[in-house]
Amino acid sequence: MGELVQLASFGLTEGEVLSALGRVKVRDVDYADLYFESCVSESVSMEESLVKRATKSVSQGVGVRATAGEKTGFAYSDELTKKDLELAADTARYIANSPSGAQAVPAPVRQRPTRDLYPVERVQVEVATADRVALLNAIDAEARRYDPRIKNVMASFNTEYKVVVVATSDGALIGDVQPLSRLQVTCIAEEKGQRQSGSFGGGGRVGFEFYHEGDRHLRFAREAAREAILNLSAVDAPAGVMPVVLGGGWPGILLHEAIGHGLEADFNRKKTSAFSNLLGKRVASDVCTIVDDGTLPGRRGSLNMDDEGTPTGRTTLIENGILRGYITDKLNARLMGIPVTGNGRRESYQSVVLPRMTNTFMLAGTSDPDEIIRSVDRGLYAVSFGGGQVDITNGKFVFSASEAYLIEGGKVTRPVKGATLIGSGPEILTKVSMVGHDLKLDEGIGTCGKDGQSVPVGVGLPTIRIDEITVGGTQR
Amino acid sequence: MNQQLQQRDGYSQLALDLLAKAKRSGATEADIIIAEGETFSVQVRLGAVDRLTKAREKHLGLRVFVGKRSASTSTSDFSADSLNALVAETCTLAKAVVEDPVSGLPEADQMAGERPDLDLYDPTRLNTEQQIDLAKRVEAAAMSTDERVTNSEGGDFDSSSGRVVLGNSHGFLGEYQSSSFSMSASPVATDPETGAMQRDSWYDVQRKFSKLNSPEAVGLEAARRTVRKLGARKVATQRVPVVFDAEMAGSLMGNLCGAVSGYSLYKGASFLAGQLDKSLAPDYVTVYDDGRIVGGLGSRPFDGEGLPTRKTTVVERGVLKSYLLDTYSGRKLGMASTGNASRSVGENPSVGPTNFYLAPGSKTAQEIIKTVKQGLYVTDLIGFGINMVTGDYSRGASGFWIEGGELAYPVEEITIAGNLKDMFAGIEMVGSDLVFRGRIASPTVKITEMMVAGS
Repeated sequence: MGELVQLASFGLTEGEVLSALGRVKVRDVDYADLYFESCVSESVSMEESLVKRATKSVSQGVGVRATAGEKTGFAYSDELTKKDLELAADTARYIANSPSGAQAVPAPVRQRPTRDLYPVERVQVEVATADRVALLNAIDAEARRYDPRIKNVMASFNTEYKVVVVATSDGALIGDVQPLSRLQVTCIAEEKGQRQSGSFGGGGRVGFEFYHEGDRHLRFAREAAREAILNLSAVDAPAGVMPVVLGGGWPGILLHEAIGHGLEADFNRKKTSAFSNLLGKRVASDVCTIVDDGTLPGRRGSLNMDDEGTPTGRTTLIENGILRGYITDKLNARLMGIPVTGNGRRESYQSVVLPRMTNTFMLAGTSDPDEIIRSVDRGLYAVSFGGGQVDITNGKFVFSASEAYLIEGGKVTRPVKGATLIGSGPEILTKVSMVGHDLKLDEGIGTCGKDGQSVPVGVGLPTIRIDEITVGGTQR
Repeated sequence: MNQQLQQRDGYSQLALDLLAKAKRSGATEADIIIAEGETFSVQVRLGAVDRLTKAREKHLGLRVFVGKRSASTSTSDFSADSLNALVAETCTLAKAVVEDPVSGLPEADQMAGERPDLDLYDPTRLNTEQQIDLAKRVEAAAMSTDERVTNSEGGDFDSSSGRVVLGNSHGFLGEYQSSSFSMSASPVATDPETGAMQRDSWYDVQRKFSKLNSPEAVGLEAARRTVRKLGARKVATQRVPVVFDAEMAGSLMGNLCGAVSGYSLYKGASFLAGQLDKSLAPDYVTVYDDGRIVGGLGSRPFDGEGLPTRKTTVVERGVLKSYLLDTYSGRKLGMASTGNASRSVGENPSVGPTNFYLAPGSKTAQEIIKTVKQGLYVTDLIGFGINMVTGDYSRGASGFWIEGGELAYPVEEITIAGNLKDMFAGIEMVGSDLVFRGRIASPTVKITEMMVAGS
């Protein structure tokens, strides 16, 4: 076996990488790693029926990290010469307050991920661009065909092709190729001087053919158009506490905001999370079981390995209502004495590793979704959302509906304008009284922000009933 | 080994070389932006260094026009091979998209001529130990003032400096340097009775190190803001006056800024489309975007297309007087650029604010609160519940309940909702407390009435 194939693309040899790793792994450093990344992003976008913008961005560099106790030293460079590596290594190890002088690190075992969750061929930019232009033109036509009240269609297709190599002081040298793409459609509808918008999108670690399967791209166009038209007739949302039924799929953003972030190990190690000290305790009703799973083929939140070279896995966070586990990276797992779950992620070589979610979802229950809606006399049925946010420390979270309906007398009636739902993370899932048998994962549009770093994630949810949550509308 | 094109005054030359190459590859017009910089950041937690980050970075963005077709690319790899490939690929990409009749560089005679020194750069260099010490001091101050502060998300100190070079095929070539210094503290307080935790933070950011508040002052304010949240509860759903503190009023200015962006407007994606010269707010509301404030965090001598920055009156005595535009969005709307092209390397230009602010009034925050019999004082907002097409607004809020003109108790887990049009029209008072801690700023603002949803 020769050199690790991805390493060659950075113009480096294993010897040079090992030497830099040895230089950073001085006596008092517990762990060190080097993360090489090369990323090519491409985007084509359309508006006013014209595909008139194309962009391409190339970045590459290395992040060098040393941890000693709770301390992290970190340096990054967009130059990959031996000298730049040494400089970064010297900066990173500054944290350890150790005498300089290289320390021997174990010769790394060259590895590759044991599976490939996303085998995607890379396409030449000329061919790819022509196909993408055709895709966007078809979307424009489909959305306008849906309803003449659609006045503008904006669509974009983005791809990212990332090659990474991780070399660690615990003996791993491992590479991965991580493709990612996303198609996003927004429609503006207009009627009698009133305007509304609707959005839909999806993607994953998939090839271009994904968007044509079953004319997925046209479905996205129709869904965006449908939401915009629907919102033209939406009435003001109610305000106050009421039962809320969440539809399957993307509304799983509830889990991401309400509990997912609160279960990330860094906040719990520092005891600044509303979930600190709740392991083994009840945080949800017994119909709730929630997992984080980075191993689903082709999903937006999936990875063969995390950004510390650990294979991703499936972690049970909540089992029948009881808090079972945290999401960890190596640093926090070591400091807390709990297992590494393969959730150490970073936006790029320019950012530090943090424990982050992958695909977070609730397992299916036994209730019939129609029955769940029939059980509500007056409430809200929310099927699509914009974004959400959480305050980890007091546990308060919000997420904003972009498509929602009133439930009156057990029936879904009028569409209502977007409203923000607000609740408390450790409490909200104790109010889940029914879980549908219809688990759905989202279409692949989620991006999670933490400490200024964005990473792609997935969520999923069956239809659920929450007995009470505050709905932030304007009507009594 | 690739030949590395070096800096040291070489970035201007590199820009000129690449512009020439783009012309030879078929570009009829082109512009190029090169940004380089270095950053240092330290985070201290519970008195010990938690994270230390140091880096140099550089990035180059190229935009070419082939007739009326255009494409943009960027790279952090400055090797000659990579840059040659980039130029060729950009021209290829441009040929793959359709013609856009209004695309192109600004008119040649509009380019920034004079380049005022806006005092954006401070050569002060702090060593690692000094910066660690500042981070430790800001956290220590936050931790030491009140025994209910029991934990910390950390104290931070960051410094950065950089240079931007912009050139285009009209012969424009400009460059400027800038720097920034910032610190923050994020303490956690625990309610001694219930054990419930609250977190808040405070910060300062300046272009000049000497202008930065003392770490002790920043830490103290962080502790004050955190401890006062203890014991927060919900309130009943009701319609009341809402006072936005200066930071949160700044977020409303951010919403206004988004709504007057030329791109949202020509796409019909702003609730302010078609509202120019119409009344937006009462006559004591005036909003500026001023790119020429000396030492301003959003100031720059020229914009992302090389056009001169300037002071634009966005709202004059309540009337919407100007949008914020770059060349492209201006042409789409039949107007001239306002010098607000914002260029993040690798993206097409878009519109961004320089220093965007609501002109201060005469009342202090306390005097404004005094006028509220029963209402909400908002000190934090979370979530993204704003529909820019319609102006519908619904966000998670926390702050204080006002009773009889006084802050009575902290509140949380509530939402405030309304429509931005009604909210701007309903601005009843504007405070005197305008302070810039970013590119968008506002004094305290009172809005006549909004729906608060709680228990």
